[in-house]
Amino acid sequence: MDIYLPNSAFLGNIDPFLRQMNLSEPTKLKITANKKWISVHPAVLCIIAALGLNMKPVDIGCERLEAKSKHYLKRMGLFRLLNIESDISVTEHEPAGRFIPLTKIINSEELTRFITDIIPLLHLGPEQADSIKYVVSELVRNVLEHSGSKQGAVVSAQYYRKSNTIRIGIADTGVGIKKTINNAYPAETHLEAIRLALMPGVTGTTQRIGGTDYNAGAGLFFIKSIAQVNREFFMIFSGDAMYKLLRNKPDMRRFTLHGDPFKDRHSKREDCPHWQGTVVGVDISLNSTKEFSILLDLIRDAYMKTIKERKKEEYRAPRFI
Amino acid sequence: MIDIKLMGLTGSFAENKDLAREVRLNTIIPGLEKKEEILLDFEGIEGATQSFIHALISDVLRKYGPGALDKLSFKNCNENVRKIITIVVDYMQES
Repeated sequence: MDIYLPNSAFLGNIDPFLRQMNLSEPTKLKITANKKWISVHPAVLCIIAALGLNMKPVDIGCERLEAKSKHYLKRMGLFRLLNIESDISVTEHEPAGRFIPLTKIINSEELTRFITDIIPLLHLGPEQADSIKYVVSELVRNVLEHSGSKQGAVVSAQYYRKSNTIRIGIADTGVGIKKTINNAYPAETHLEAIRLALMPGVTGTTQRIGGTDYNAGAGLFFIKSIAQVNREFFMIFSGDAMYKLLRNKPDMRRFTLHGDPFKDRHSKREDCPHWQGTVVGVDISLNSTKEFSILLDLIRDAYMKTIKERKKEEYRAPRFI
Repeated sequence: MIDIKLMGLTGSFAENKDLAREVRLNTIIPGLEKKEEILLDFEGIEGATQSFIHALISDVLRKYGPGALDKLSFKNCNENVRKIITIVVDYMQES
């Protein structure tokens, strides 16, 4: 497998990065990078870390990095997590740089600890923290419950001062969305499985509206909605398919959450190299996180509307013959 | 009345669905079976996920119907927690 770190790969322009990944020969990983500058979304680092965790350190090769920003990879803990050597030296600050280094989470207790720890690391106030804790908890629990990944979830986050956003990445190398959804729904493609997974009330654990006692099938819909209300990006990549929620225009009054993600302003593709597992990236603006309460009102309306539509679709009149 | 103080179990952010399920199976449902009133006290809880609240009460509503809400009270909920509880309750009654 070959991964090339470009000078820029964020959710808005992540498509070329995903398409150029060479995921063949899964027993070896070669990491190369732009010679001048590396600036990437935490989801990109999570992808590399998730791949590397499935192999021995000796099978991971990272070229000597020359980019001025190479220390970023070290600070984010890429080499530490993969247990590989690096000649990059950084002055380890007290982690006041407002980032969450790459972290592997394999069980519920680790997740609870992680959520408690991240808020002070990101220097967030209580109102801003709600959305972040919410997103991380729901995404990681999805991995722990559904992915079957032996390596659990790899998570990372970074604060960007210029845009005043927190960008969160999470990746796993589990069964992927299609296999999970196919336990209850006949999605034929990875993209269709992603579409179903984003619809409120759809879970891979049952076809029953209302879900099971443990799964409502609303986690991803809530997260996509948080990004949408914040007018930020949300990206989900599994198998050969990628769905990306595009930024909304800053006009809250004309704002609608849709149960069907294909009705939102989005881009999608089915020509990515096959990712065995799931990757999610989400950006959350701190300028508008005070709107979490408004978000919940919008979610409630969209959620109920979708449930009613689904019930209507499933309604069958008696046949009198 | 059975008074369940959730903060001591979940911390200030209620997200652990395993804990929610334990509370439901070990305390809420046995209490309802004995016709007891159940008080879910969210004092100190700053936030909760929809998944947590779903794991806590959805099966109660499915098993006992909306009438279970006559025996179930939610105390000291902040605005966001109230809204998430309302989403789950509405959803379970519609589905």
